[in-house]
Amino acid sequence: MQAVTQATLEFVKQYWAPLVCGLVIVGVLPLIVGYVVLVERKIMADMQARLGPMRVGPHGLLQPIADAVKLLIKEDIIPEDADKLVFWLAPVLSVAAALLAIAGLAIGPAFQIAKDVNIGILFVVGVSAMGIFGIVLGGWASNSHYSLIGALRSSAQLVSYETAAGMALVCGLLFAGSLNITSIVQAQYDQGVWFGLLAPVAFFTYLVASIAETNRAPFDLPEAESELVAGYMTEFSGFRWSLYFLAEYTNMIVVASVATTLFLGGWLRPFPRTTWLSFIDFFPPLLMVGIGVYCLMRTPKQPVRVQQTFMLAVAGLCFAVALVLVAPMLVPAVKPLHDGILGAFWFIFKVSLYIYFFMWLRFTLPRYRFDQLMRLGWHFLIPLSIINVLLIGIAMIVGTYFHLQGWSLLLTTSPASIIALIIALFILATEQKSEPQKSSAAPDSYA
Amino acid sequence: MAMDTTTDSRDKQQTLLGADELVLNMGPQHPSTHGVLRVKLKLDGERVIGSECMIGYLHRGVEKIAEHRTYQQFAPYVDRMDYVAAVSNGLGYCEAIEKLLMVEAPPRAKVIRTILTELQRIASHLLWLGTHALDIGALTPLFYCFREREEILKIFEKYCGARLTTHAFRIGGLQYDAYDTLEKDVERFCKAFEPRIKDYEDLLTQNRIWLGRTKGVGILTAADAIALGATGPVLRASGVKWDIRKAMPYAAYDQYKFEIPVGSTGDTYDRYMVRMEEMRQSRLICLQAIENIPTGPILAKVGKVLKPPPGEVYHAIEAPKGELGYYVISDGTVQPYRVRIRPPSFVNLQAFDKMARGHLVADVVAIIGTLDIVLGEVDR
Amino acid sequence: MLDQVIFYFFAAIAVISAILTVTRRNVVHSAIFLITALLATAGIFLQLRAEFLFIVQIILYVGGIMVLFVFVIMLVNLDVAVRQLRFARQKWVALLISLALAAQVGLMLWSTGKMPGQGVPVLAAVPADKLPLNSEAVAKSLFETYLLPFEIASVLLLVAMIGAVVMAKKRT
Repeated sequence: MQAVTQATLEFVKQYWAPLVCGLVIVGVLPLIVGYVVLVERKIMADMQARLGPMRVGPHGLLQPIADAVKLLIKEDIIPEDADKLVFWLAPVLSVAAALLAIAGLAIGPAFQIAKDVNIGILFVVGVSAMGIFGIVLGGWASNSHYSLIGALRSSAQLVSYETAAGMALVCGLLFAGSLNITSIVQAQYDQGVWFGLLAPVAFFTYLVASIAETNRAPFDLPEAESELVAGYMTEFSGFRWSLYFLAEYTNMIVVASVATTLFLGGWLRPFPRTTWLSFIDFFPPLLMVGIGVYCLMRTPKQPVRVQQTFMLAVAGLCFAVALVLVAPMLVPAVKPLHDGILGAFWFIFKVSLYIYFFMWLRFTLPRYRFDQLMRLGWHFLIPLSIINVLLIGIAMIVGTYFHLQGWSLLLTTSPASIIALIIALFILATEQKSEPQKSSAAPDSYA
Repeated sequence: MAMDTTTDSRDKQQTLLGADELVLNMGPQHPSTHGVLRVKLKLDGERVIGSECMIGYLHRGVEKIAEHRTYQQFAPYVDRMDYVAAVSNGLGYCEAIEKLLMVEAPPRAKVIRTILTELQRIASHLLWLGTHALDIGALTPLFYCFREREEILKIFEKYCGARLTTHAFRIGGLQYDAYDTLEKDVERFCKAFEPRIKDYEDLLTQNRIWLGRTKGVGILTAADAIALGATGPVLRASGVKWDIRKAMPYAAYDQYKFEIPVGSTGDTYDRYMVRMEEMRQSRLICLQAIENIPTGPILAKVGKVLKPPPGEVYHAIEAPKGELGYYVISDGTVQPYRVRIRPPSFVNLQAFDKMARGHLVADVVAIIGTLDIVLGEVDR
Repeated sequence: MLDQVIFYFFAAIAVISAILTVTRRNVVHSAIFLITALLATAGIFLQLRAEFLFIVQIILYVGGIMVLFVFVIMLVNLDVAVRQLRFARQKWVALLISLALAAQVGLMLWSTGKMPGQGVPVLAAVPADKLPLNSEAVAKSLFETYLLPFEIASVLLLVAMIGAVVMAKKRT
């Protein structure tokens, strides 16, 4: 017994910082996810010519909290014929995998729980892929046809698109020469150019594959509400359902972070090596000030006193963040924190843009059919990504031969990308030609 | 059950693996069965190898009710069949009874009826477009469609006070004359509508995913469509140029110029294109009609108590969803002896099994959407 | 101390869930316990600072192969499988083989230290920062030292893959 206590103490002494960080993430992430959902609803409303949530708090700013409370106090329904143990386990698995993946991410150079892990990005990708068990087992345990079909679709989809995503990651890793997240970003700093520009085709492939992996529209077949009611989530309610929801949005954040780290320069500002563009550093505080001023302007229009106060508080928060962002540039005492603070901003900013793109697609595009999705994955994305790895590899060899660095590497990689594009168009053209024949007797759905 | 012989060898293989065919009960509570349609699907994996539509969940006995109401009393009931196209339902009923009474509505009434009915066609098609796109996964068109539909419903509201179940017409003409700014309102709507339709087409028509989801899905050949009694856009998309507005003109349709759009293959995409074009044509009819609304009375001379002479009559109009027919038998009393309604949705739904076989579950949803059924009308 | 606790923790999970994997009646439960066993093994890899092996175990076995396993299990009718279970005679063969294996391992452990140069080698712990970077080490050994066997294995796998595709295609 004493030994165990001693070991625990030792463990805590050695790892207290990541432990605290982990607890903070587990505590704060649901809130963040709640607000991501609110932002999504607001963006959706904006695109659909309506207002979205407006009732709870000014402009619906407290809606996520109301939703969370509602979900927590809802009745917890377990279907009679469900496999109780698995039914209980499945949502937990989903969330656990998603949250664990966050541990490997680096939000700016200063904020990373699992620091300097040798396998960095592989850890994130591998662990987040485990969330699929939550979906598959949940769908099976519900003992419902809709759930089962949703689960089957989900696993088939994930296995298919994982390959393409992995190949796209390989392209980025070729440039970085390391799996370690800090080294990857450092490599982009050394090159002075984002890998997304060096390998646009890989970035595109990862973009598509990541949408498919997170089950977002237009690849949201596992939960296609018009076909499968809610897919694997059909039988889940209340808290369990919200766990799935949490996992889905956390996964979105994870894939966006991976893409940001590998293709969009992580926490680096645009053009990190170009000194005369340093005024870009003032963009973050200015943006926050802008949002704050907007909130101030909207304050008198709020109908109720409480809402006015709340709006003022939001404005104050924005100004405070702006202050924090501007401090490292003006106050010499906090100068060492410059990279950490601004890096965190840029990282979150890029992740937000990536997620915004996800949402934009969701409200614009119809949904793929399952066989079309599979054909897209196997006949288009996977060949394209494999060819792209080959081409990028050749481009890199040529680049090393001519001692090309940074932006001049584009000389070799852009022809590679153009060739890849031509091949992509070629594949698409042949696909289209063969489509009419297949339509009458479409291939096996799980082929 | 010709299907069974072809799938026999396959079935055996499936049993060896132990994976049986799945019977999936879609509906009556399902997000995309457009109300309370229940479809029993026999699935092989996700492929449909057989289907059965089960209806009746919204049965209210409308036809039986008619036998216990006077002719005027029954008129509001027909609004509740196809509740997204109440004006068209009302028009068909009123014209059938007028035929039975051998009276004719005055010209002014006829033109206003035409305007409102065509607006209703646009509204009905808009609702169809929104929900159909939503079924296929495009969330946004629904809200745009509702925005435009709202304008039309506002015109109805200004005209008769009701938005959905309008009861806009009376037997023999109209109860209310057109309000002062009706022409202006309709014109404003029609002007604004043209670019809006283009917006929807931008979102969908050339979209790769939309094409993939609709082209070649749910093909109904012209012969099949006629054999199954399909009418309306479903029939026209198969390439049959049949529109009662042209074939047997009623109301004021003989005065206006318009095209009948037809498809070629009879797949879901063709039906989509046909309905989109129909909205444009309806808009043109409205624009033509408001240019010259004749003055004069709005109600023909019909008594307060309607006692049609004994006899029977069948009158059909081109409702947004197809041929809407009323077969009315009078025995000379104030109540009809029998009213039989031929609802387009009910008959079009017959084609479902033919269209769905061999497709995937996702296509079933698209096919239900493309048939544009309203369960209030199917079940009556 | 801490290392030992962690090791026994993972080891216990691995062994218990491995046993549960073969004793559970419900196939899906078995699969879940197999996943647990694989994860626990991955944990031990991590403790040995074989990070690359750890993540490969998770990506390939847990994320790839087990997903396919569960996928197939869900497609196959479980009731039939359970009914067939009664006629399975593999049980005794499996027991025999596992006993033999256990004896082998036991013998190896028992003979440790008796014969020099044989049995389980006991290595001195090396500080983590002194170790070569794990993924780089794996890559070096694969692509430099054992390039030929690696390529041969890849070609074999490729052949198997193409063969599988061809066989799957033939059926339709």
